[in-house]
Amino acid sequence: MAQIRLENIIKLFGKVAAVNNVSLTINDGEFMVLLGPSGCGKTTLLRCLAGLEIPDGGNIFISDQNVTEFSPRRRNIAMVFQNYAIFPHLTVYDNIGFGLKMKKFSKADIEKNVKRAATLLEVDKYLERHPAQLSGGQRQRVAVARAIAMNPAVLLMDEPLSNLDALLRMQMRAELKRLLQEIGATTVYVTHDQVEALSMGDRISVMKSGQIAQVDDPMKVYTDPANTFVGGFIGSPPMNFLVGEVVQSEGGLAVEIEGQRLPAPANLARMAGQKVTVGLRAENIEAGEVKDGPGLPTQVMVVEPLGSHLLLTTRIGGQSLKVVTPVDYPVSPDQPLWLRPDLNKLRWLDAQSGTLLNLN
Amino acid sequence: MSILDQVNLNDNAPVTARTARPVLNQRSMARFALYVLAVTLTLWIILPLYFITASAFSTRDALYDWPKSLFPNPISFDTMDFFLNSRGVYSSALNSLIVGLITLALSLLIGAPAGYALARFIFPGRDSYKLLILTTRAFPIVILSIPLSVTFLNFGLYDTLIGVALVHTALALPQTILVTSSIFVAVPNELEEAALTLGCHRMSAFTKIVLPMALPGLAAAAIFAFVLSWNEVFAATILTSQNRTLPAQVLGSLSNSSLPLRYAGGFVLIVPSLLFILIIRKYLLNMWGRVVK
Ligand SMILES: Nc1ncnc2c1ncn2[C@@H]1O[C@H](COP(=O)(O)OP(=O)(O)O)[C@@H](O)[C@H]1O
Ligand SMILES: [Mg+2]
Repeated sequence: MAQIRLENIIKLFGKVAAVNNVSLTINDGEFMVLLGPSGCGKTTLLRCLAGLEIPDGGNIFISDQNVTEFSPRRRNIAMVFQNYAIFPHLTVYDNIGFGLKMKKFSKADIEKNVKRAATLLEVDKYLERHPAQLSGGQRQRVAVARAIAMNPAVLLMDEPLSNLDALLRMQMRAELKRLLQEIGATTVYVTHDQVEALSMGDRISVMKSGQIAQVDDPMKVYTDPANTFVGGFIGSPPMNFLVGEVVQSEGGLAVEIEGQRLPAPANLARMAGQKVTVGLRAENIEAGEVKDGPGLPTQVMVVEPLGSHLLLTTRIGGQSLKVVTPVDYPVSPDQPLWLRPDLNKLRWLDAQSGTLLNLN
Repeated sequence: MSILDQVNLNDNAPVTARTARPVLNQRSMARFALYVLAVTLTLWIILPLYFITASAFSTRDALYDWPKSLFPNPISFDTMDFFLNSRGVYSSALNSLIVGLITLALSLLIGAPAGYALARFIFPGRDSYKLLILTTRAFPIVILSIPLSVTFLNFGLYDTLIGVALVHTALALPQTILVTSSIFVAVPNELEEAALTLGCHRMSAFTKIVLPMALPGLAAAAIFAFVLSWNEVFAATILTSQNRTLPAQVLGSLSNSSLPLRYAGGFVLIVPSLLFILIIRKYLLNMWGRVVK
């Protein structure tokens, strides 16, 4: 039904390519998150999809129709803007019903759809109010209700939760996820918040400088980042990256990091004698006092208690490594620590380009 | 509560006053100076207006009394009556109204789209265009008056209301364009884009979203244009001989009439402007003080 296909989209602002040759297919009914740091071109890409910007190159297909040059109203989309963009001179009812009225629905149909959308978003008590009489959270709900009242084939959202305070954001996140599952529209959701992306998306497109760095389902993006940028952007703390050298040793292939060897998979053999970047997540490392099994000798630099766990920053040679331990783990700064990574969860990346190595 | 307020409350709030005394310092002095300045400026404007009004409603004899009484005593409508019934006053007031309304309509029809373009689009020559708008004000109408009269005679516009209205529109346009552009800038572009995604054309997005939100400001801009036209005397005098607007008529006939009549004429000229300013005050505050109802 409403599959979205982006082919080589380019959008220039002067000489700057805000979106630089992006190709992406979003399946019917899928919840696709565009994730990336501020200024990477997420909003621009979304606006191209909405028809608020016309790309300088490439094609956009919605439901197999080439809509690249269509005006927004011909695309069967609805958009939720970052600053809500609800109309201050109209009541909540008229805001939610605005799109339906423009599409010349009958009064009865408008009323039915407005009531349904308002009830779904729990703003049905405020239908007669003006936006100025609503809280930020309620305005946000009206903005979403206005979009879904249109029954769009494609729902576009630009950081819809970024203006809410932390608690409300978490609550709204879960609620939106349930709601969007329910209505089943193909959704493109822009955010710079990796937690939002991981918790809501069917798939995540991680963007960097106008390009897509990786498209995968959230767990895959988390465990197998395509490169050091993705690994460093997703996760709190971000993935650790240590630089070492692949060496042949008596026990088989190994990687030598700051003079210490860890076993490496055999299919890394072609890299022997070369530098390699090892990626490892903080929660996949076990801390101990004594040297048992393959591991790395480190020194504790910082201990940060974070309520549910401790976050340790340790040092091995000139490189640093973050580790999480249970809160009651006895540790203090400057003490030595033996870190045993889960060898199955090490990721191997090219030391120069930072991209994940293909080990098959 | 400001320090000045506290001092004023001395009588019924001695406690507050006592705590305030140590802080009666530079800041309150500056505030005091500010008030003095404000009052002086206000009197500067108000006093002449008041004396014109008072004189317009005095008897002829009372005008020459000294010392002057603060209130017209007795109040007399003779002068006003005489002035209002003198030849040409009603017809010229009607002319003024018509010219004002045409000016209002034309300057909005031309000025608002220009203001919208300045507010929304970055087009080649935008900055020079802005400058150009202002430079039209740099041409004194005195210099333009002779060629303008000749041109108007050629086009058959001389001594017509539409001719005067055209000149007034030209005079009003710079401010109409700049004021409306600042009004449109204040309507977030995002709202218009939201309307576009909700099924609007550019035009319906403008009429359904931008226009209602800009309306108070546009009304103020319109009234500005009207007041400018109502008060404009130079062009109106030069470009007409029979079909005079009120200021032109008053200027032409009163300069050689008696003092009492001049007061009456002055009063009639001032009142409409004052009324307009009172009416649009709310919108001006809205526009510049960013007061939301
Ligand atoms: N209207 C515009 N004019 C000029 N540059 C723009 C415009 N919109 C965005 N940009 C630039 O394009 C880049 C991407 O912006 P944007 O898509 O808003 O990023 P994001 O939404 O990921 O934060 C930024 O460098 C930004 O400065
Ligand atoms: Mg953005």
